[in-house]
Amino acid sequence: MTKWLEDHLPKLMLAPSFVAVLVFVYGFIAWTAWVSLTRSRLLPKYEIEGLIQYERLFASPRWDTALNNLYIFGTLFIVIAMALGLLMAILLDQNIRTEGAIRTIYLYPMALSMIVTGTAWKWILNPGLGLEAMVKGWGFERFSFDWIVDPDMAIYTVVIAALWQSSGFVMALFLAGLRSVDGEIIKAAQVDGIPTWRIYTAIIIPSMAPIFLSAFIVLAHLAIKSFDLVIALTGGGPGFATDLPATYMYAMAFSRGDIGQAASSAMVMMAVVFAIVVPYLYSELRPQKDG
Amino acid sequence: MKSHVLGAVSGVALAASSAAHAGPEAEVLHWWTSGGEAKSVAVLQEEFAANGGTWTDMPVAGGGGDAAMTALRARVLSGNAPTAVQLKGPAIQEWYEEGVLADISAVAEGEGWADVLPASIAGHMKCEGTWCAAPVNVHRVDWIWANADVLEANGVAMPTSWDEFNAAAEKLQAAGIIPLAHGGQAWQDATVFEAVALGILGADGFHKAFVELDEATLKSDGMKAVFDQMRTLRGFVDPNFPGRDWNLATAMVMNGEAAFQIMGDWAKGEFLAAGKAPGEDFLCASTPGDGFLYNVDSFAMFAVDGDDKEAGQKLLAKLIVGKNFQKVFNLNKGSIPARVDVALDEFDSCAHLSASDMATSSDGGSLLPSYAHGMALRGAQAGAITDVVTAHFNSEMSSEDAVQQLATAVANSM
Repeated sequence: MTKWLEDHLPKLMLAPSFVAVLVFVYGFIAWTAWVSLTRSRLLPKYEIEGLIQYERLFASPRWDTALNNLYIFGTLFIVIAMALGLLMAILLDQNIRTEGAIRTIYLYPMALSMIVTGTAWKWILNPGLGLEAMVKGWGFERFSFDWIVDPDMAIYTVVIAALWQSSGFVMALFLAGLRSVDGEIIKAAQVDGIPTWRIYTAIIIPSMAPIFLSAFIVLAHLAIKSFDLVIALTGGGPGFATDLPATYMYAMAFSRGDIGQAASSAMVMMAVVFAIVVPYLYSELRPQKDG
Repeated sequence: MKSHVLGAVSGVALAASSAAHAGPEAEVLHWWTSGGEAKSVAVLQEEFAANGGTWTDMPVAGGGGDAAMTALRARVLSGNAPTAVQLKGPAIQEWYEEGVLADISAVAEGEGWADVLPASIAGHMKCEGTWCAAPVNVHRVDWIWANADVLEANGVAMPTSWDEFNAAAEKLQAAGIIPLAHGGQAWQDATVFEAVALGILGADGFHKAFVELDEATLKSDGMKAVFDQMRTLRGFVDPNFPGRDWNLATAMVMNGEAAFQIMGDWAKGEFLAAGKAPGEDFLCASTPGDGFLYNVDSFAMFAVDGDDKEAGQKLLAKLIVGKNFQKVFNLNKGSIPARVDVALDEFDSCAHLSASDMATSSDGGSLLPSYAHGMALRGAQAGAITDVVTAHFNSEMSSEDAVQQLATAVANSM
């Protein structure tokens, strides 16, 4: 009996959460997939009608904008946040005196919710209220920074606010990574007279590959889920110029009573996540499995 | 033994007394949670209690009713609908089609609603011939508000045609005043758009385009002219307009920074709250063109179980359309009563104008539902139109492209 328990206890302990995940994650994914094939409006219906919702989705210019914005936002956000985070981590890693204080300052934006970040940046970026008005007030009358009211540039203001929020977190991740590199190797390299930048590019950064993977996964899902930041910062505007798939889905499901359409957009979002994350996970995890 | 009997007797007495206390019950789901609105609902709540009813308040704030609709969906799916829900326009019919609304024809016929409500507004309260909702108020959407001092100082009169408006706006712009205070949110773009559309297309054209969704009208030259006028209006708006809330735009008119605002009569509440007097500090007029676009708030009655709840529902319906509530509520909210036989002595001049225009337009067939405020169309279609309107207003899109996209988007939303 004790032996049996010993063998099965881990499985028993995991069973409830396994069942919960099965139902509440995969079960509802299946439910959403089903609903996306119906003509559900206000309430879900279950008669399958084929791919009509997907046809409507891809005929919608607003969805085009949303997907395109996700591409711009996601790419810039992930690449710049990782570059900025790495740079700040390396600078902090130079045994400077006030490291603790600086680290805390850069990490603090993470403590704010995206809604607060969005609202604050909305005011900072508002041409009549924030940065532009301030610089003009200093006497630089021709200074202009009106991205937030320009439909072509507004999506970049979302990138700016998101970077401000998340770069510090990426920095902390990388800093932990830098500290975990074996000090003996670095000392050996220093004894051999290798310049510091070479130590970073040839030894430290390559040995941090798992940290890059974690940072990428965290940032990618933040980017794809992004919703509150856009709602607070621009409300999807001007027009629907800063709509993201998540805000599109929300509008369809909760404002317009078009649940079928919302379900189909959710399925496409999931496909995007899979398309990005699965190959990356696969390529990163396989070597470990092989040995 | 004795104590057992006593216990049984007191048990019976308890049951009897609780039955005696149980009167009409109503659980009311609404999103009137801000200052003036909450005060307006409290009026109904007090009146309901004074008639022996028990009111369970279920306010769900947020998202202009989106959060409340989500709560409603959950309640209906779990088979436990509230007694009455703040719903309006075609959404009432959409819920009726889900088979969850109650029939309150007995109350409506007993109280003679058909005689006191304008026919087109009464139409929204009926589901396939039976009454299923009670109207609370009538907001007029096609208003133009102006700062009286600014107009006087610049020798500008309240415009009666869009050409006059454009001329006045150019004059004001030359004088360094923002001609049109506007907030760049999709629903505000849509509000201006439908006011322009009513003026240019006329009542018939408006009905064809935004009630019948007639493709030929959506693509017509008249619709192009509407988009042309929207492009002109875009030039009269200050550059910082995107994302601005409507009440901030109203404040711009109040402090003389801007001259005009096109907005429903909830804007009047802002003026009045700031201590401004209609006709002296600010002016109200219908936007150029004939007709009246209404936005009617109402309570839809959901099917409930139990005599107490049904009695509550009937009492609630009766009180909502009652003269007293219609007067007090609308004085608080800035709208006008939905029933036409309420004395308007205590209302201001803008409300008088609204009420007399409602009566004339109801007779002339130009009393029309607002598309921008969810009275004319279902969510998906109205949303599709708004997407095109806001995309056009916030870009360099040509009017030709806009009407093409409008027709495509409407077809795609079906």
